[in-house]
Parts: sequence; structure tokens; C-alpha cells
Amino acid sequence: MQTLDDIKPSYPLFRMDEYKGTIGRKREKFEEVHDKQKVADTFAWTTTKEYQDLNFKREALTINPAKACQPLGSALCGLGFHKTMVYIHGSQGCVAYFRTYFNRHFKEPIAFIADSMTEDAAVFGGQKNIHEGLANASKLYGAEMIAVSTTCIAEVIGDDLNAFINNAKKEGYIAQEFPVPFAHTPSFVGSHVTGWDNMEEGILRYFTLNAMEGKEPGKNGKINIVPGFETYLGNYRVVKRMLKEMDVSFTMLSDPEEVLDTPADGEFRMYAGGTTMDEVKDAPNAITTFLMQPMGLDKTKKFVENTWNHEVPKLNIPMGVDWTDEWLMKISEVTGKPIPASLTTERGRLMDMITDSHAWLHGKKMAVFGDPDFTLGMVKFLMELGVEPTHVVCHNGSKRWQKQMDKLLASSPYGANGKSYPGADLWHLRSLCFTDKPDFMIGNSYGKFIQRDTFHKGKEFEVPLIRIGFPIFDRHHLHRMTTLGYEGAMYILTTLTNAVLERLDEDTKFLGVTDYNFDLVR
Amino acid sequence: MAKLRQCAIYGKGGIGKSTTTQNLVSALAESGKKVMIVGCDPKADSTRLILHSKAQTTVMHLAAEAGSVEDLELEDVMSIGFGGVKCVESGGPEPGVGCAGRGVITAINFLEEEGAYDEDLDFVFYDVLGDVVCGGFAMPIRENKAQEIYIVCSGEMMAMYAANNIAKGIVKYANSGGVRLAGLICNSRKTDREDELIEALAAKLGTQMIHFVPRDNVVQHAEIRRMTVIEYDPKAKQADEYRALASKIVNNTKFVIPTPLEMEELEELLMEFGIMEAEDESIVGKSKAAEVAAA
Repeated sequence: MQTLDDIKPSYPLFRMDEYKGTIGRKREKFEEVHDKQKVADTFAWTTTKEYQDLNFKREALTINPAKACQPLGSALCGLGFHKTMVYIHGSQGCVAYFRTYFNRHFKEPIAFIADSMTEDAAVFGGQKNIHEGLANASKLYGAEMIAVSTTCIAEVIGDDLNAFINNAKKEGYIAQEFPVPFAHTPSFVGSHVTGWDNMEEGILRYFTLNAMEGKEPGKNGKINIVPGFETYLGNYRVVKRMLKEMDVSFTMLSDPEEVLDTPADGEFRMYAGGTTMDEVKDAPNAITTFLMQPMGLDKTKKFVENTWNHEVPKLNIPMGVDWTDEWLMKISEVTGKPIPASLTTERGRLMDMITDSHAWLHGKKMAVFGDPDFTLGMVKFLMELGVEPTHVVCHNGSKRWQKQMDKLLASSPYGANGKSYPGADLWHLRSLCFTDKPDFMIGNSYGKFIQRDTFHKGKEFEVPLIRIGFPIFDRHHLHRMTTLGYEGAMYILTTLTNAVLERLDEDTKFLGVTDYNFDLVR
Repeated sequence: MAKLRQCAIYGKGGIGKSTTTQNLVSALAESGKKVMIVGCDPKADSTRLILHSKAQTTVMHLAAEAGSVEDLELEDVMSIGFGGVKCVESGGPEPGVGCAGRGVITAINFLEEEGAYDEDLDFVFYDVLGDVVCGGFAMPIRENKAQEIYIVCSGEMMAMYAANNIAKGIVKYANSGGVRLAGLICNSRKTDREDELIEALAAKLGTQMIHFVPRDNVVQHAEIRRMTVIEYDPKAKQADEYRALASKIVNNTKFVIPTPLEMEELEELLMEFGIMEAEDESIVGKSKAAEVAAA
């Protein structure tokens, strides 16, 4: 029983005999479970090649998705603009989900509002919700911009944001000059990555499409950075630091770094930092625009090229050594600013670290799952480290992603056993982890259930999860880390190497059996 | 190159939207215009006369086969027919399931993303099912899509009732954007004083009857051959009617925000032309027994 002077959390409380008894009796009397043998046999069957073949024939069912929906992405994008309220036209439950998703990852309060469409709105259309929603939102929250996107309900009934918002302005629900950029983000199309892209394009379009007069590339001498769906706050910081060291002035087009990391000093900040409207309006005058995650930014790229007349450089995500090199060299090329000694030194340090850890990482097999650009960058860096990527799962990966991934894997002998799986989910990856076991898998928190299941088969089958990606709900503060640039490579390298060493300690800690290799120095 | 003009054709079901659109488009193509037809009707019969086919394979059908719209390419869904007319059918779900309106939205978004609206086009025509019944069927009249709406109607009560409803739908979008009612096309059913009636309705709606298309059996003769009149018998008198309609549309400048009628107003108009009898309010709701008792 729980006692006041020794309060136990669920674990280990429910492991006490008293609770074990209660739970056991409930299971026996009411739960109608199959007998243990049947459960064990079925589990064993799900670990076989036969099951995997069936699993990969699945057509109409996703089990454990490795992607989220569009408005989650549009919300993160909107959050990155100065004093901007993220407004989602749709049902309340969806928006509660977006808030909690980010709460759990960033451990921060997240202000998104919904206009609570109900059955009435589904029948009569959501215009009334937009009218009242914009009226309230513009008065209550001190926002200077409201970024509107949609959930499925509004999209299925075909609500037209452009018309609704214009009508709201015309009828006086919100001031004519109040900026209300918008994007249609049907949850059933694409993923959070698409949603981010759509909202970004919506905001850039809103402020620049009809204000291009007198604007031309290069006029303000800056470069634009489009981060894409980026949840590592360190990645915003490292890009800023590198550009500062290069003496390149820039505009980050969506920058939620501050609002997602506000200090506990007694003051609540609904808004902090972020890209200002003036910066967006001036963005067409930049020399050009760099996309940090080029695979997932089609719409933004198209707009920037066609309307701003920018020649968007063809680059990859700046992850690992080569791709960071290429990124910095391109920036140096277009701005004419040399790469400073500080970055060369940083790169040298990274190379030193890679050499130091090389013996431990060489030939390790790692599965990877995550977003299109993330998996590309990660696989590229793994191969630079001598790690062998095996199963590469990208639930929101397209055919184009697969082509690029296959080409990348073919570019290095370490990629020989790697295989790309666009559109696959974590239940597919689970099968792969049983039938062709990697040493580790890299991905978000949801991978822990694959670790649990493989461990259940036996310790020697366990595939430990290395947490790099989004979301990470079950470890703290990893969202503040950095995965891009040389600094990010250092973090990834450190994380991977220590995961390998942790595991080795775990395997060799048996006194008098394996501890001849339980070494102090690794 | 002149600016691309996007037009949507609405009208009551069965009024002859698809036939009129395809004949009109053929006439435009014949005069050298580059045209695309986007069928926005689950029936998918908006392009059959241009393509000589039973029904074009639709975007939604191909998407269902491929698993998702994202797996399609433009050339999979677009066919070229008579006079180089580009044809696309959005298609939709089976009767009784799913959401046809969303099918229209998905198909049009797909065309935009895949660059179907290329710079060489002079006209895009959306042939839209029946009424503006939901947001999906209003997709063609959203901002930056069709700017000109033509309503096909005839001198029948339900056709005029539908035309008025469509005008109501247009007003919703016209106030915030550039969509305008561009005219009524009267597809004759040979009712009495039909042209005068439609002209009167047009005047009340603030628009024009852009053309009166007389009834002619050659349309049916062409149709059973899955052809437009323009192609089947270019010398027919009816072909000239469609040519006249086409040239009026090319030269049309009368684009208005419509002023839809109240129900009473519409009924008055119908009574004036003898299409509807005046109602005797005194007999409403009275059973036969009550009438006998009263007498």
C-alpha cells in the first residue's frame, strides 16, 4: 500500500505483492487473455521472416507511424515569427495535440489557438469561426501577426481561407491592415514537413508577392536561411554562430529558438524573439536563399525562385563533414566572405575527434529512421564515420528521397548493406530489426518500443535506441543540442560513441565472466 | 501572349453543361485558342466528346490505384483531344461514399502543383457538377482560379432556380475576390418566350444572356458518335451557334457581382411568363373532408 512517508511511483509500486495479486486476479477473471504459451508463440511468430513478408504486404494500415501531420509543421513555422500567434482553423482536439506534442518535446508552454469547429461548422462552413476567432485572437493575445493554417475538418468541407480572411477584414472583425498570412494544410496530405513548407510559403507570399517593386536580389547584402521543420534549437544557434564568425549578415526565415527556450525568471513570455515582418519584407533583397532541409521545402523554393528571382543553391542538409564544408563554401562563394580560421579550427577538432573514436565506430551497423533530410544527413555522416547504415526508414520519404538515398548509399563501401524504405512505418522497422539485426537504431523516442520488443526475445537480440530526432519525449533537454555543422557533428559523434561504449560496459560487467574486458580506458 | 482566362461553367444537372462546354471549347480550339477542360464531376463526362472516349480515366481513379495523388505524374491524367484541347477529369468516389468535393480540391491542387496551367494556355474551362453544393464544388471559383462564371440554363423553373442559387454562391466569393458572373447561356428547351424569360432573369441578376443556343438534333447526332458538332459537321448551322457563343465569350467584358433574387421575386418572374401558376393560399393544408364541409 502507498504510505505517506514512502510514496512510490507506479514503478516500483505495482511490483509489490499486493498489487501483483490484484492485477493478476483481474487479468484471470475479467480480461479473457489467451494463455501464456499462445501469447509467447504469437510474439515469436512476429519476429520471423515469414511475418516480415506479410508485414511488408500491408496496404491500407499504418502501425506506429514515423511522421506527424501537416498542421504540426505549420504551427512550428508560425511560432518562429515575431509576436505571431499560431491560429489553427479546425477542431480543438487537433490543436490540443499539437500543443502537447511540443510541450512534451520542448518542456515549454506552447501558445496555439483553435477556432473550435464543431458539427455546425462542418455543415455550414467555418467562416463564422474564422470571423469570431480572428476578432478574439487579435484583441486578446497582443499578437502582431496571426498565422492561420487548417486541420482535416476544414479541408474536407473545402473552406477557403483566402475568402474567409478577406471577408473578416471587410466586415470589420479584424483590422484591414492586420497581417493574417495563411496556408492550407490538410493533415491527410504529406506530413509535418509539408505543413512547415506550406506555412513558410504562405507567410513569404503574404508579405512579398505584391510588394516586389524596387526589390532585387543582392540589394541588402544579406543571405536568407530557411530552416524547415527543425526542432534542435542548437541548430538555429550554430548556423547563426557560423555566419557571425564569417561576418555574413543573414535573415533566419522562422526562428523559434527563443520562444522555445524561455528563461524561468518570473516573467511569462508568450512571444520571444522570432523573425520580424520587416525582415520578411526585406528578404527578397537578399543575395540568395539557403534551404537547410532542401528535400522538404519544394513550395518555398519555387516561390523564392519565381517571385524573388533567387538562384537557390543546390545543397544538402549541412550535416556531417562534407555537407557542412559544401554549405560553408557556397556561402563564402556567394557572399565573397572567406571562411575564417575559427571554423577551420573547429573542423580540425571534429576531424581529431573522429580519428579518436574511429576504432569504436568502424563497422558498427546502425538503422536510422526520421524525416527525409535528417535521414540523408545522418546516413552521410555515418558513412563518413565508418558506421554502416542498414535499414533507413523514412515514413514521409518520396520516390525522389529514395533515389537520392540509394545514390548516397552507393557512394561509399559502408553503404553496401544499406537499404532505403520510403513510406515504411516503425512496425516495418521492428520486423527488420528482428530478421536483420543492426547493432543500434537512431531515431526518436518511439523507437524505444522496438528496443523493448527485441529485448523481450533475448538480450542478444536487443537493438538499443540512440535518441536523435523528433520527438524526444522521454529524455530531457536533448532538443537544445546541435546536430548540424561541425558542432552538430561533434554532438552526434559523442552520442554515438558513448552509446557504443555504454553497451559494451553493459555486456562486459559480469564479474569473473566478461569483466576481463570491462575496461577503465576505452 | 494574352493573359490566361479561367472560366467555370455551372448549371442544373442534365441541362447540357458538358455538351455546351465541349462544343464551345471546340469552337475556341478551331479558332486557334489553346484550351484546357477540367471536368469537376464524379460522372467524368466532361471530355468524352473531345476525346471520343467513353469516359476519361480520372485523377481520383488513378490516385486510388497508385495509392496516393503524390504518386501521379501530369501525363498520367492529361489527354489531348480534338483541336489540341487538353483534357482532365477530376473524378470522384463511388456513389454513396467519400467526399466528391474533396476530390475536386485534390485534383485542382494536383494540376497546379504539376504545372498544368502552362503559359501557352489561353483558356481553362471548369465543367462543374450541378449546384455549388459545398466548399469543394466552389474550389474552381476560389481566388486565382476561375474569374468568370457562366451559368447554363433554360426556361424551366428548376433550371432558373438553380441558376439563382449559383449566383448566391458566387456572391460569397465575389465580395472577397475577383470572381464575377459573366453571363447566362440559354440552352434552349423550346419553351415559350424562353429567350425573353432568360433575358429577364439575367437582367435581375445584373448580368446578360450571353447567347441563346437553339435546340438542334445535330447535337444528338454528333453526341452518339462521341463528337462535338464542330468536329462532326462543321458546316451545320448549330456549329455556327457555338462559334457565335465562343466569339462572344472571347469578347466578353461584362463581369459582375450578381444580385440574386429572393424566392418571391423569382416566383413572380416565373408567373409573369406563365411557367408557374399563382398559388391559392386559401386551400393550403385543407383536407378534402374540410373542403366538403366548408362548401
